[in-house]
Amino acid sequence: MANPSAVCNGHLHHHHHQKQNNLLKSGIHKKNGITKGMKKNGVSNGTVYKKKFVEHFEQAPMYVAVLTFLGFGVGTIFGYLRDFMRAWGLEKRNLAAEREQQKDFVPLYQDFENFYTRNLYMRIRDNWNRPICSVPGPQFDLMERVTDDYNWTFRFTGRIIKNVINMGSYNYLGFAETDVNALKTVTIELQKYGTGICSTRQEMGTLDKHVELEKLVATFLGVEDAMVFGMGFATNSMNIPALVGKGCLILSDELNHTSLVLGARLSGATIRIFKHNNMQSLENLLRDAIVYGQPRSRRAWRKIIILVEGIYSMEGSIVRLPEIVSLKKKYKAYLYLDEAHSIGAVGATGRGVVEYFGMSPDDVDVLMGTFTKSFGAAGGYIAGKKDLVDFLRTHSHSAVYATSMCPPVAEQIIRAMKCLMGLDGTTQGLQRVQQLGKNTRYFRRRLHEMGFIIYGNDDSPVVPLLLYMPGKIGAFARRMLEKNIGVVVVGFPATPITESRARFCVSAAHTREMLDTVLNALDELGDFLHLKYSRYSKSSHPELYEETRLELED
Amino acid sequence: MDIKSMKNYLYWLYCQFELITCSYLMEPWEKLLFYTFNVTMLVMVLYTTYIFVPVHISTAFQFFLHLFGNQHEKTVSVVK
Repeated sequence: MANPSAVCNGHLHHHHHQKQNNLLKSGIHKKNGITKGMKKNGVSNGTVYKKKFVEHFEQAPMYVAVLTFLGFGVGTIFGYLRDFMRAWGLEKRNLAAEREQQKDFVPLYQDFENFYTRNLYMRIRDNWNRPICSVPGPQFDLMERVTDDYNWTFRFTGRIIKNVINMGSYNYLGFAETDVNALKTVTIELQKYGTGICSTRQEMGTLDKHVELEKLVATFLGVEDAMVFGMGFATNSMNIPALVGKGCLILSDELNHTSLVLGARLSGATIRIFKHNNMQSLENLLRDAIVYGQPRSRRAWRKIIILVEGIYSMEGSIVRLPEIVSLKKKYKAYLYLDEAHSIGAVGATGRGVVEYFGMSPDDVDVLMGTFTKSFGAAGGYIAGKKDLVDFLRTHSHSAVYATSMCPPVAEQIIRAMKCLMGLDGTTQGLQRVQQLGKNTRYFRRRLHEMGFIIYGNDDSPVVPLLLYMPGKIGAFARRMLEKNIGVVVVGFPATPITESRARFCVSAAHTREMLDTVLNALDELGDFLHLKYSRYSKSSHPELYEETRLELED
Repeated sequence: MDIKSMKNYLYWLYCQFELITCSYLMEPWEKLLFYTFNVTMLVMVLYTTYIFVPVHISTAFQFFLHLFGNQHEKTVSVVK
């Protein structure tokens, strides 16, 4: 096994970004499949990861990038042409414009900033904001809408497209359901409390339901205390300003979610960005911060906090938690982990990335998560030491001003969490987590075998499939809808300009038949649209993926 | 059968062209404009090729012949 892989190793290193175990550190070599490692007390030296960490970020062949730019070039030329026609009155203007009397004032609308929206987004706008009219379970019903003037306006025909397979909702454990038996407790609480709270946490908005929920969340995660908020986005943007302020340093990942970025900016602290999931970049920043201190006064930073996410939803990559924790302990920084997509979705019993890597929740200072994704509800939580949570109860903007979570939603989270922990007497929770794991692995394996370029970690239920060219974004989404499958496609502002993608969210509620339907449709569509760019179709090179690389990849 | 698969293949190629150059997203009059422009450019390039390339090739051929085959010409002229 050593010799052929030694040759392939160089090939792999050049083309295939594969991040794996850093067994390099202790110089452990694999010869003929036998690991000759220095073992101390039965634990291999130098391994921070207890199991294989395999991520794929394959680059497409060069001609794909060239053709993508060509496509954007043609789109831009026609955009200029249309703008010219609109400016000279040859075509009707559909966007906002100033009144005649205001023409001499400072311009209100900067035309060029919206160039992309006006000329490229409008053409494929029918693939977003599609209204659905049922619960977003594994299948949903879609309201049919048509456009008469190339996506400037829509009208509903009145028909409903039934049973569209849902590959876009964040329904990882399948708790978005309408089964009467499952929702029994929620109905009881709805009749007992009603729907509105009409107050904030610090006034009259703390109910016994919130106290029960917070205790349950703390037990679930294995921490001292937790606090819940009504909105997931607001949990980040309103609490980070309470935790850090001027004179503090925030080290944030390149691809962090907008809520984290907004919270960091609102806090007024200094923000430095490190490359996505890149530990050398983070370590360099930490060293510089400690050696040089604050910019002008050279004083030590009041606090250094690292903001990362558990699973990054656009890439499907999982954070390198063991390395970050060791860095944080070495340089005495704090860690804020946003588990919006990973809580419930990874880990042997669904307790998130902390359990996935086999670490203790005491290693992470602030554990944050949302209930929107895996629990079928709304809202977020922050958990950690009791001192931290007590501080947030008094100092968070959300606690003072925002309405608290409404009781039926709190009950939905309680029942979902009890199901996950097994406290309702069944093993349904564990079955859901395992089903999600099986579905994820199956889906990813089949897509790799078919030859698509998929990003992200093998264990992440978020699967981005790369489309690259702007023309294919619209074609892909429309044709998938014709086959009765609903997908989410993402283009330029949310992703780099050449890497537009379709993002699939695998759910525990998907049956094998549904996944097979989707995979067959993807196969057909992949051939028709020519999307199978991968040079490493897994079935043809099985040995390359068992290899443990001996170099640390940037 | 062969004609049918050939036609399918050509249709598939046309679809790829449409997707890559974003003409799939264009309104009909834009497509007309774009295709007219492309076809015109293509015809002009082909016409230029047809007119100029044979002349250039024969000139180049004569030049190389002159360079390498100079001795033969001289002997021919002496015999003449």
